[in-house]
Amino acid sequence: MNERPSKKREKKPRVAMPEQAPEVRSHNFDEVPLGYTPEQAQAEAERCLQCKRPFCLEGCPVNVDIPGFIGLIVEGKFAEAARKIKETNCLPAVCGRVCPQESQCEARCVLGKKGEPVAIGRLERFVADYERDHELIELPDKAAPTGKRVAVVGSGPAGLTVAGDLILLGHEVTIFEAFHKPGGVLMYGIPEFRLPKTIVEKEVDYLHRLGAEIELNQVIGKSITVDELLDEEGYDAVFLGVGAGLPYFMGVPGENLGGVYSASEYLTRSNLMKAYVFPEYDTPVVHGRTVCVIGGGNVAMDSARTARRLGAENVYIVYRRSRAELPARAEEVHHAEEEGIVFKLLCSPIEYLGDELGMVRQIRCQEMELGEPDDSGRRRPVPKEGAEFTLDTDLVIVAIGSGANPLLTQTTRGLDLNRRGYIVADEETGRTSRRGVWAGGDIVTGSATVILAMGAGKAAAQDMHAYLRGEREASAPMETIEQPSLRSPVRDAT
Amino acid sequence: MSEILDKRVLAPKIYEIVVEAPRIARKALPGQFVVVMADEKGERIPLTIADFDAERGTLTMVLMVVGTSSLKLSRLGVGDALHALIGPLGKPSEIEPFPTVVMVAGGVGTAPVYPIARAFYESGSRVIAIQGARSEELLFWRDRLASVSHEHIITTDDGTAGRKALVTEPLKELLEQDGEKAIECVYAIGPAIMMKFCSLTTRPFGVKTIVSLNSVMIDGTGMCGGCRVDVGGQTKFTCVDGPEFDGHLVDWDLLMSRQNIYHEQEACSLDRVIKELSEDERETFQEA
Repeated sequence: MNERPSKKREKKPRVAMPEQAPEVRSHNFDEVPLGYTPEQAQAEAERCLQCKRPFCLEGCPVNVDIPGFIGLIVEGKFAEAARKIKETNCLPAVCGRVCPQESQCEARCVLGKKGEPVAIGRLERFVADYERDHELIELPDKAAPTGKRVAVVGSGPAGLTVAGDLILLGHEVTIFEAFHKPGGVLMYGIPEFRLPKTIVEKEVDYLHRLGAEIELNQVIGKSITVDELLDEEGYDAVFLGVGAGLPYFMGVPGENLGGVYSASEYLTRSNLMKAYVFPEYDTPVVHGRTVCVIGGGNVAMDSARTARRLGAENVYIVYRRSRAELPARAEEVHHAEEEGIVFKLLCSPIEYLGDELGMVRQIRCQEMELGEPDDSGRRRPVPKEGAEFTLDTDLVIVAIGSGANPLLTQTTRGLDLNRRGYIVADEETGRTSRRGVWAGGDIVTGSATVILAMGAGKAAAQDMHAYLRGEREASAPMETIEQPSLRSPVRDAT
Repeated sequence: MSEILDKRVLAPKIYEIVVEAPRIARKALPGQFVVVMADEKGERIPLTIADFDAERGTLTMVLMVVGTSSLKLSRLGVGDALHALIGPLGKPSEIEPFPTVVMVAGGVGTAPVYPIARAFYESGSRVIAIQGARSEELLFWRDRLASVSHEHIITTDDGTAGRKALVTEPLKELLEQDGEKAIECVYAIGPAIMMKFCSLTTRPFGVKTIVSLNSVMIDGTGMCGGCRVDVGGQTKFTCVDGPEFDGHLVDWDLLMSRQNIYHEQEACSLDRVIKELSEDERETFQEA
């Protein structure tokens, strides 16, 4: 390989990833991007400059050896490239699809300064898919058993990461999941067309084969408490990665009408319960001809695109700020627009009107304008006096974010929460105020991204390992911080 | 796990199942519920816990076949396992010794009423049970309810057993005759319409009336918000804030309209399942 990249190489354009045409995909739930071919992946990998001091790495919350795995793709060693990623990231097929690379690794890529950065996410996806589809998945060696037992509560991205790391380090790990399928938000939240569920199943299966036990249908806090896990069931440490499972509603009149859903319910019905293939599966979901999705985050885009696929003729994103403030990834907004989703910006619902059966039929909106910046640094939407409009609608999905579900935290002694009910945990280690208990992901930060939850899981796993080995014997649980600020860099949909 | 240990027909289309669930049985309290799935493609539906035995590690549920999910559940036999069983969910009943508590059980409401009545009975309250059904053949657990009540009144719509009346009639009379105001609490559990009218009956007497709502829900842990109800002008989630609420404050029309959101789809789904039944099964089902 050349010591220095040639100028010619720098100029090669980013290899586009084929995807389903909008008019086709609007009618199916198959994945939208189709993935690279080996040739396309190698061509894209060759664009990487293999920087001596790679900046991309700094943008990765789980420190994937990015130049390392890309170099292996250039050599045609695809499965090896996947294993390289798995040294630090147990969910590459998921991350390659749902990570916001444009604001993380790819944002730091040197090539991006003058042109387009290396398509790191697409390459990650390619190698993970290649390894899986060619049945080349190998189980790495595990450290000798330590005899320590860890309970991981929640099988979403944070919990799976903790489990994956600790099992390799020789600990016994049991994952507790409240739903009947593992995967957390990857299963109930993110739609099939963005993250096929067979992929999530395979990634979970990988952990299972590594030796992680998975106990489904266990609501920690109800059937078993954290105290019981530690005191009676013999676990040496507990990780809480239960997510932010409490949907927000706006409290406007008519919000309890039939056909008004939280995004969480709408997506859970469609994704986890497979209402999109009703009546083959028993769970129904309301189909709308004209659908209003309230909010502008990734969850709103997922909801809008799901409604479109379920046959809606008109789908509106109703968002109270302007386009510039949309919290969704640019790619999601782009995909939504391609699928004909219409953005009604600078407006907010003030009332829903229903028919005699109690089903929603109209939405009344208040027009807004942008005022002074608020705490988030974005300009605050203020009502425009007297400016209202009414739209006919027969399905409304409220996607304005979610908060901390108190079910588990209420029943756990000695666990400090902040004023919004999130668990107070140390940013570096995930340690909570309760000895032997760590936490990470949305239940600490509020709604954020899959990869940040994984990053938190990674940090916690390291600290838990040190604790379990007795290296941190003397260390006290974290001190309570007064009113810690929420660290979430991505506040969904507000 | 979740294996069906015992199953019996209580009445046409009404089944009692006893399920192995040691963890849930250890924690269950009167008034709580579980979420169950009959099979992999099934819905998640809430069922009130009708009885529990921590020592044996069992839960008892009673179900009436009204749609796809209950039909599928009713077809499982001893030795089969539920696809999923989650709980105990919801807040338990607040049991305190009242001078007198009236427990009104309508239809399959008898099942959830039983453990609550028992708890009141054991707490030293005087328990008056009113058990109602459309006709005699639909009455079940009469002995059980009688064993945990000091007075046991039976009503049927058609007069085939007990008094020919709706449950609200003896309820009203009890309240009218209660000069000493000993009745400090009324529990009414059954179909929404029955709970609504019980609440309307007790309202003029100012007697605290607790109802147990059976909303459509998915997770049962507060995550979806599908089970939201309006109680005294505030939105509550049946799964975590309930299932028991003050019947005088519940917006009954909203509750009933929300229970009917999927009316058409449920009918379509049920048709599909019935078509899959064998001749014999279909006959039994349709006769009932």
